[in-house]
Amino acid sequence: MTAIVDYGVGNLFSLLCSLDAIGEQAVVTPDPDELRRADRVILPGVGAFADAASRLRSQNLDLTLKDIAESRKPLMGICLGMQLLFEKSMEYGEHEGLGLLKGTVRPIEEILRESEMDPERRLKIPQMGWNALRLRKKSPLFRYIKDGDYVYFVHSYAATDCGDSILADTEYGANLTACAGRDNVFGCQFHPEKSGQVGLNILRAFCEME
Amino acid sequence: MITKRIIPCLDVKDGRVVKGIKFQGLGDVDSPVRLARLYSDSGADELVFYDITASAEGRALFTDILTETARQVFIPLTVGGGINTLDDFDRVLKCGADKVSVNSGAIRDPRLIGEAARKYGNQCVVLSVDVKRVNGAFRVFAKGGRENTGLDAMEWIRRGVGDGAGEVVVNSIDTDGVKQGFDLEMLQKVCEIAKVPVIASGGAGRTEDFITLFRTIPGVDAGLAASIFHFGEVKIRDLKLEMQQNGIPARIL
Repeated sequence: MTAIVDYGVGNLFSLLCSLDAIGEQAVVTPDPDELRRADRVILPGVGAFADAASRLRSQNLDLTLKDIAESRKPLMGICLGMQLLFEKSMEYGEHEGLGLLKGTVRPIEEILRESEMDPERRLKIPQMGWNALRLRKKSPLFRYIKDGDYVYFVHSYAATDCGDSILADTEYGANLTACAGRDNVFGCQFHPEKSGQVGLNILRAFCEME
Repeated sequence: MITKRIIPCLDVKDGRVVKGIKFQGLGDVDSPVRLARLYSDSGADELVFYDITASAEGRALFTDILTETARQVFIPLTVGGGINTLDDFDRVLKCGADKVSVNSGAIRDPRLIGEAARKYGNQCVVLSVDVKRVNGAFRVFAKGGRENTGLDAMEWIRRGVGDGAGEVVVNSIDTDGVKQGFDLEMLQKVCEIAKVPVIASGGAGRTEDFITLFRTIPGVDAGLAASIFHFGEVKIRDLKLEMQQNGIPARIL
């Protein structure tokens, strides 16, 4: 049984459908006890970092998620849910994250400005569309996918300075963090629930983790 | 590298897929859920479902089909047609849509784009525009291309993007259904003013039209078409291979 954290952020219909498609039972819940009882936990999210972080805190779910991470239970953040796992975000100010993964979330625009890419390429923000994963490290998350597989991204911010927690990146004018992880904690910047069979394979690998 | 997207569009009426030539003379094609699966399996990057029913029964049938598609197809789904209020956004997002496209609804009430963007995020709001040349000027047409609003298309797009539309679908009425290629002149103008992804629509008749589109206008992010995919004139897998051979980044399954 996989529990999806319900903190009023984003549309969970597709995520539930994709878990159903791989035969995984899932429950959407804001209840800390139910989250702790689950075999693994997914933290979803779209929207603004500060708003999402304060919602988590106001429901005391920040502490619950830190407990879950410490209990060695598999935990995966998706999109904004992934960004919340890092130490901080620079989205409209500086905001503290859960600190479960090393790194700072920063605007892609800023990252591109510092990169050596050709300014003539004029990439659009957000990055919206299918881009290839470059696997940087072995991870149980990648059990059923291969280097170069395409996944679907929609994001204006990306994690930087992740140190050795970076698992995969993608080329968008600069090397943007696509997957990060340490021990039992994982994050996907893209949407596995919208990334076709590749996305389902990532979810399947996560749901097989104990 | 980010790939150029290929997007089949499914016009749905009374639970079936239809496609009009120049918006008239609708003919029955296939089951939307079946087509959606087929497209997803052959490498479509995204799907657009366009609800062209007017009745309440038709609308309910449409959301049922959308829900069933979302259960089986795991690529982004955009829904358009009959989106006039935030409640309409809510209705289709709950049934599995990822993005919602507004057209006539935004012309009637231009605040809709801004309100929806604030509530659901820019990435969720797609501005769909039907454009036609009138005395050499690009004008916005409403009601499925039947009514000239008098609005200047470039001004309208600039405003919609400024209000928070995260993507623009530009459909050229002049080239739609003619199958002689996309409206490159008009798309070039749109790409000069829109900093968000631009989806080209109207005029694709063969594979080469997509190659010409992406080669001529690098600012175009995606190509959308309906009948050539429905009738198998262009197979998505072949199209993607052809794109790759021409140095256009494509996601090939």
